[in-house]
Amino acid sequence: MSNFKVFTNGIIKENPTFVMVLGTCPVLAITTTGFNGVGMGLATAFVLVLSNIIISILKNYIPDKVRIAVFITIIATCVSVVELLMKAYTPELYKSLGIFIPLIVVNCLVLGRAEAFAQKRGVWASALDGLGMGLGFTLALTLISIVREILGNGSIFGFPFLPAEADKILLFILPPGAFLTYGLLFAVMNALKRKANI
Amino acid sequence: MDYIKIIIIAIIVNNIILSQFLGICSFLGVTGKVSTAIGMGAAVTFVIAMGNAITYLIQTFILIPYHIEFLQTITFIFVVAFLVQIVEIIVKKSMPPLYQALGIYLPLITTNCATLAVALLAVQKSFTLVESVVFASATGVGYTLALVLMAGIREQMEINGYPKGMKGFPMTLVIGSLLALAFMGFSGLVK
Repeated sequence: MSNFKVFTNGIIKENPTFVMVLGTCPVLAITTTGFNGVGMGLATAFVLVLSNIIISILKNYIPDKVRIAVFITIIATCVSVVELLMKAYTPELYKSLGIFIPLIVVNCLVLGRAEAFAQKRGVWASALDGLGMGLGFTLALTLISIVREILGNGSIFGFPFLPAEADKILLFILPPGAFLTYGLLFAVMNALKRKANI
Repeated sequence: MDYIKIIIIAIIVNNIILSQFLGICSFLGVTGKVSTAIGMGAAVTFVIAMGNAITYLIQTFILIPYHIEFLQTITFIFVVAFLVQIVEIIVKKSMPPLYQALGIYLPLITTNCATLAVALLAVQKSFTLVESVVFASATGVGYTLALVLMAGIREQMEINGYPKGMKGFPMTLVIGSLLALAFMGFSGLVK
């Protein structure tokens, strides 16, 4: 597989959210505003790239039997780095994402890529794979959070386009709206995929 | 805090799956049959109840006295991974059919956000040891409840017809949405 294909694989063909359905908790939980979606997506992408690089460098030294434990340790370290960085430089975003930042450790997507890709491939390809998957995840989160913010809050990335007294569909920023938006967008993606024959 | 209050809040008001979105992977993945859902719920309940007891002790007696709270995420995930390994051995030995049915989702309890999140939440809410374990067990019951409800509905849906494009995950998510809507009715139950 060429490097370019490795990169685009995560964005479209094996999109983590709409095709592989990995790491769904943040997809539902923090997609209430566009900013949250982008922030969470980029934080996860950073962890993915970093952990993929480290794991592919160390792959020959990790004994097969304890590899999951080793992977988790590496991922947890990367997540702690992101957590401390975000606490220092983007305190507001850190507050609104809350517990979902440390929970990147248990995002199946990160461990899944370590297991399925980084432990078999070179450093460069693994970094690209992490970046592609991370961007695919960010795009999906941004899409869902923009839809929810428009319908539920009447704004895009914090800019209101409706007068303050207009009625909004509050349901969409509450839990049921998260499930509904994800489910219906998923159905739309399935339909598009069938049409395009991918 | 009143134990009954903690229990009611954890089971229905702040249901871990339907209002906090933790453990969604298993909610979508192992809810094909009611019996599997019950088994999964029991395994997760055991892991989070034990996990909370151990992480509480680690937090109070190791991390805080030595000022190494930044190692919280790493140590907690290790405790969870260790417990999951134990559960896997027990289930494999004593209940082979259940082991088969749970498949990949059993080792994946390690990366089930619910387990780590409940431990972190208990620390954030500064519960005592007993409160923490009660909170964890009740959360586990709430988790099982959501899983069983979902599995029951999905078993029925197999008999009914629905649009082809909605097959699989989309349908499951829409059912989840309706369940979440129903659970929203409980908010404000406990002040």
